[in-house]
Amino acid sequence: MLAMTQVAVPHIETSDKPAFPARTFLAIVKQDCPTCVLAIPVLRQIEQLIAPLGGTLEVYVQDDVSFAAGFSHACDDTALATSYRYQVDTVPTLIRLKEGQEDARAVGWQRAQWQAVTGISGLGENLPDYRPGCGSKTMDPRMPVRLKVKYGNTGLASCRIVVPALSDAVETCYERGWTDGLPVVPPTEERVLEVLDGTARSPSEVIGLIPPNLTPCTVEKVAINAVMAGCRPEYMPVVLTAVEAALMPAFGLHGVLATTNACTPVVMVNGPIARAIGMNAKGNVFGQGNRANAAIGRTLQLVVRNVGGGRPGEIDRSVFGTPAKYSFCFAEDEEDPRWESYAVSLGYSPNASTVTIFPGDGITQTIDHISRQPEDLCRSYAGCIRAIYHTGHVIGVQAFLAIGREHAIVFYDAGWSKARVKEELLDLLKIPVREVAPGRSGLSGLTAEEKADPNNLIPKFKNGTFNIIRAGGSAGKYSAIISSIGGRGSIEPVTKEIR
Amino acid sequence: MPEDILLDPTAETAPAIQPRLARPESIAGKTIGLFDIAKMRGDEFLDRLDELLTARGHAVKRYRKKHFTHLAPIELKQRIKSECDLVIEGLAD
Repeated sequence: MLAMTQVAVPHIETSDKPAFPARTFLAIVKQDCPTCVLAIPVLRQIEQLIAPLGGTLEVYVQDDVSFAAGFSHACDDTALATSYRYQVDTVPTLIRLKEGQEDARAVGWQRAQWQAVTGISGLGENLPDYRPGCGSKTMDPRMPVRLKVKYGNTGLASCRIVVPALSDAVETCYERGWTDGLPVVPPTEERVLEVLDGTARSPSEVIGLIPPNLTPCTVEKVAINAVMAGCRPEYMPVVLTAVEAALMPAFGLHGVLATTNACTPVVMVNGPIARAIGMNAKGNVFGQGNRANAAIGRTLQLVVRNVGGGRPGEIDRSVFGTPAKYSFCFAEDEEDPRWESYAVSLGYSPNASTVTIFPGDGITQTIDHISRQPEDLCRSYAGCIRAIYHTGHVIGVQAFLAIGREHAIVFYDAGWSKARVKEELLDLLKIPVREVAPGRSGLSGLTAEEKADPNNLIPKFKNGTFNIIRAGGSAGKYSAIISSIGGRGSIEPVTKEIR
Repeated sequence: MPEDILLDPTAETAPAIQPRLARPESIAGKTIGLFDIAKMRGDEFLDRLDELLTARGHAVKRYRKKHFTHLAPIELKQRIKSECDLVIEGLAD
């Protein structure tokens, strides 16, 4: 025997009747949504009830307006203008307007909510009480920024450059002098907004003055150059910190740019963020092939070029330059706990993420497949390191020694700390005065006392800095020297925590 | 994605090109600043200029910045401007 159930007939609650002539409802739906398909008959019930009272229901369809055939106000919203205006993230969404302003909304199908919004009882009695909606097309991949550019105010302040008709945007970037010689990703407003999603900092925030022109650089300008360099949004905290670190007075970015030497800023990343964004610290660490390494280092170079105005042949007076001027960025290999990382040795927590900027000309490899004792390996290194610039060059020279995995194992097995390796090397890198390169200035930089005896020993890094890091692939007995001019009081390595 | 409108990645400031100051017809009675940027042997050149100018009765003032890789501080540039009529800078070795 069938149980008799009382089916409620949709009706308007008496108390709401006087309000209807002033009311408009908007429904935002898409055909490709099962919940919208369920809701269409309910929307028809609503229109039938409110139309005689002067109310209006506008049905906006995101994909195919024929889905709303038969409604008095079926509207094509394939351009998503209305969906964006009301910031719809789920369909169906039912919005009640009062004097043109949103007054209430229901999202998905929830009978109680729809009844509360419409003031109509007994809606969709043959439907379940609740069905979640589907994602609005405004939330499709990349669509939020696309719509923000199309309909919103992005708040970005940079000049808009129109690519001439029939021209290619990449070529426009070349013609305007924005590139380092390689193609750049055209910095559209959409791409810049996406990259800015990677930072909570305001696009208008000035992060420093970029040499040589000492022009103020905003987060927005960094983001534009980051897009051009190929960055993903999640690189932005590293990129911004790298630019800020390079502007620290101790680093002397103007000098690094302007010198006749080949050096350029090297970006080294320590801590969890390097792993989180997929930076390379292992095989081919200083080479090509890793997007984060390549794009972060390149962004710093493009910021100096485009914002600071530092270009080769102008303020950049380098005789040879270096391929590292395209990009030189990597993560230190922190995997083996037997040595602490560079950042930890400076006092940062292993959980901190940092950017270190130091000057570098490129790399010189040291190859030693034979040595199995740490003393022997240090002697091999010392011969190579001593040759930086000139075997007798002791003033204004500095270096980072990147020890490869197989070499590091020699030191681990002998129980040598990184500090001990450094101590051993500095001891081996003492040069008799008689062998110090006089240069054109005689022995300037040495004290009278030092010069008094030709056998006096002068440290190779007399006023420079010497540091040891770990990087590189696991197979092969190699290490690498990244050398540069500069030193204490001139061009020094700097480190800044990423926050 | 349409790529017809790009955001300018530059500072959007044309470099300020200023005309050179006219050379003085005479340096008689002028105070001459000699500015050493601390590059090697710049002092030798400026020392010699100092000798020659002083021997001819010109007032000479000497200035030096901390290191050639760092920009001259604004205070130093203002001091030179306020104390001298002319300045000779030793730029490189």
